[in-house]
Amino acid sequence: MPQNEHIELHRKRHGYRLDHHERKRKKESREVHERSHKARKMIGLKAKLYHKQRHAEKIQMKKTIKMHEQRKSKQKDDDKTPEGAVPAYLLDREGQSRAKVLSNMIKQKRKEKAGKWEVPLPKVRAQGETEVLKVIRTGKRQKKAWKRMVTKVCFVGDGFTRKPPKYERFIRPMGLRFKKAHVTHPELKATFCLPILGVKKNPSSSLYTTLGVITKGTVIEVNVSELGLVTQGGKVIWGKYAQVMNNPENDGCINAVLLV
Amino acid sequence: MASGCLFRGNAAWKAALAAEAAGDVDVERVLIQLQDETGEVLGSPFDVPLDISPEKLQLVCNALLQKEEPVPYLFFVKDAEVVSSLGSCVQELGLETEQVLPVVYQPQAVFRVRAVARCTSSLEGHTEAVTSVAFSPTGKYLASGSGDTTVRFWDLSTETPHHTARGHTHWVLSIAWSPDGKKLASGCKNSQIFLWDPITRSQIGKTLMGHMKWITWLCWEPLHLNPECRYLASTSKDCSIRIWDTVLGRCDKILTGHTQSVTCVKWGGDGLLYTSSQDRTVKVWRAKDGVQCRTLQGHAHWVNTLALSTDYVLRTGAFEPATATINPQDLTGSLEEIKEKALKRYNSVRGEGHERLVSGSDDFTMFLWNPAEEKKPVARLTGHQALVNEVLFSPDTRLIASASFDKSIKIWDGKTGKYLTSLRSHVGPVYQVAWSADSRLLVSGSSDSTLKVWDIKKGKLNADLPGHADEIFAVDWSPDGQRVASGGKDKCLRMQVTQHYFISTHTHTMPPGRNTWHVLSSFPL
Repeated sequence: MPQNEHIELHRKRHGYRLDHHERKRKKESREVHERSHKARKMIGLKAKLYHKQRHAEKIQMKKTIKMHEQRKSKQKDDDKTPEGAVPAYLLDREGQSRAKVLSNMIKQKRKEKAGKWEVPLPKVRAQGETEVLKVIRTGKRQKKAWKRMVTKVCFVGDGFTRKPPKYERFIRPMGLRFKKAHVTHPELKATFCLPILGVKKNPSSSLYTTLGVITKGTVIEVNVSELGLVTQGGKVIWGKYAQVMNNPENDGCINAVLLV
Repeated sequence: MASGCLFRGNAAWKAALAAEAAGDVDVERVLIQLQDETGEVLGSPFDVPLDISPEKLQLVCNALLQKEEPVPYLFFVKDAEVVSSLGSCVQELGLETEQVLPVVYQPQAVFRVRAVARCTSSLEGHTEAVTSVAFSPTGKYLASGSGDTTVRFWDLSTETPHHTARGHTHWVLSIAWSPDGKKLASGCKNSQIFLWDPITRSQIGKTLMGHMKWITWLCWEPLHLNPECRYLASTSKDCSIRIWDTVLGRCDKILTGHTQSVTCVKWGGDGLLYTSSQDRTVKVWRAKDGVQCRTLQGHAHWVNTLALSTDYVLRTGAFEPATATINPQDLTGSLEEIKEKALKRYNSVRGEGHERLVSGSDDFTMFLWNPAEEKKPVARLTGHQALVNEVLFSPDTRLIASASFDKSIKIWDGKTGKYLTSLRSHVGPVYQVAWSADSRLLVSGSSDSTLKVWDIKKGKLNADLPGHADEIFAVDWSPDGQRVASGGKDKCLRMQVTQHYFISTHTHTMPPGRNTWHVLSSFPL
């Protein structure tokens, strides 16, 4: 192998031999025969090594040839009819495959555990403590200020009994306690008055969730046995989540949208 | 009373009644007045003992009507059926026995189909899911359309393939037999309609092209309006309905008006066409000139399916299922005779009023309409908890069955739309139902791959027919009540043979050449 560019330099200065190209061509075509002669006549370790190397080369060659044969762009095969034939009444409906149903169920369970839902009102204005709780002064000289009264609509359960008034920290006035909500089904566009089962999450604070304060954007659980919904397994659904859409303390009623 | 003998003439039964009455003198007697369903009275009020049973009432009725063949009847006192004896019924309702009691009688089908799950066979041959199955009106041929673009005809006597009709280029979505059983029309997803002849195994005429999108439903003109079976109505997703002239092979009329895909079309016996669509309306058109008469609105979501009260009789045309034989025969007679027979059968089923129409929709409810007269529905049939996929009137037009995706089938009264009962047993959406020819049995196919046969009288499951490996897309009961065919996603067709026989009290004398079932028995079985 030349260590410098003297061959190229000579070619630049003096050009090629007159029969150079002819001789090159013929030599290259003889190379194939010489190669095959060598491969046949070689013996011993040399032959082993050579054949191993040649085998690897051939595999590579075959791969590249196949790659070249495959078309880069897929063309529409007019003769083949697509699979998955369905009758006419199922054509416009997206049938869910069974695997998809199972994976959806698992995903929903996970979301519930994490406490994240897809809700119609994702962002709600957070309500500060001064807005929701009013300070009640107590004591002989009205100096103690540890009691608070809830100024928003709240829900207390069926078996609720107040703590002894002397020790009550949070007062939930009876006038602001609600048991029912007007729930709208988003697809059927019908509204029902359903009893509330509990407050699931108040977006402003977890304190409000435990107290049962219902403000705009709160997710509540309602009793839907009236609607007659049935699960896949045939069991009757009797509780579903709904998100509150109005400001109940201003309107005097709770309007919510069912989360389906 | 000997239930095996036939009474002729009033004198005979009066004597028998008197004899029987003399036997038990101390039983209370009551005056009853027999009336038929429309309120017409039959004879004059007469005296019967209170413990009279339905069988005896039947003999009385048959004698009064002076029928040659005794017809089985059901008796109702103020909508409550007389099951064991008149006395128990009266006691339950708390009626006075002093006054004349009106008793309504309802004739039942003379023949009876009993589901016997034997001789089933699995017909393989399709290479893709079977989308539709249809028996010819006489029950002689069976055709099935599938997703492998072929329509296959099956030989019923040997239960083997007869031939395969190739020509479609995409899934075959709907098939329809002409009412004389001589032609089969099939529509595919590439919006083409082919006509096949089952005997010569070839295509009749040209391919009918013209729709822009896939064909959703095909319906022929009834036999009594045109015995040549010339006109065919087809609906498609391109929101139009086309009426084709199959003799000339071209489109006769195009009816437009719907704004979304048209899901179903029914050609009524009075020359009116009813179409339902995904734009939540049902439209009524005049078939002669293609003019729209009425739009029936009320549904809140897509209208999926329609059913006419005279569906069964329009499908079978001039073929009388009571005269069915084991080997079904083609219709014989000239065009005029066939037309006469079909017209007579149609008029007897239709009765006094007009045809009734039921539409089932995605909004989980159905409406019962009287489309020839008014725009307002007769009744709204609610109760399902998922979309209603198919509704069907029973062949005697008294009952409506609705199959829904909430895994139940509900039975409603055919005249008023009142809810009767729910049939629950499926675990997947119920796709299709089919009535037996005597309206006593109902078969339903669902996506849970089972076929269930229900006994309507008891309101319970009669038999479970498993065997399919995947969802069942199409179910059909042959018009003569002999076989049930079902096909689905597992690419094979299954056929069950059911027994069909007469209830008669003596044998028919038939020429030896014909093969008929004779049963020497007394009613009920």
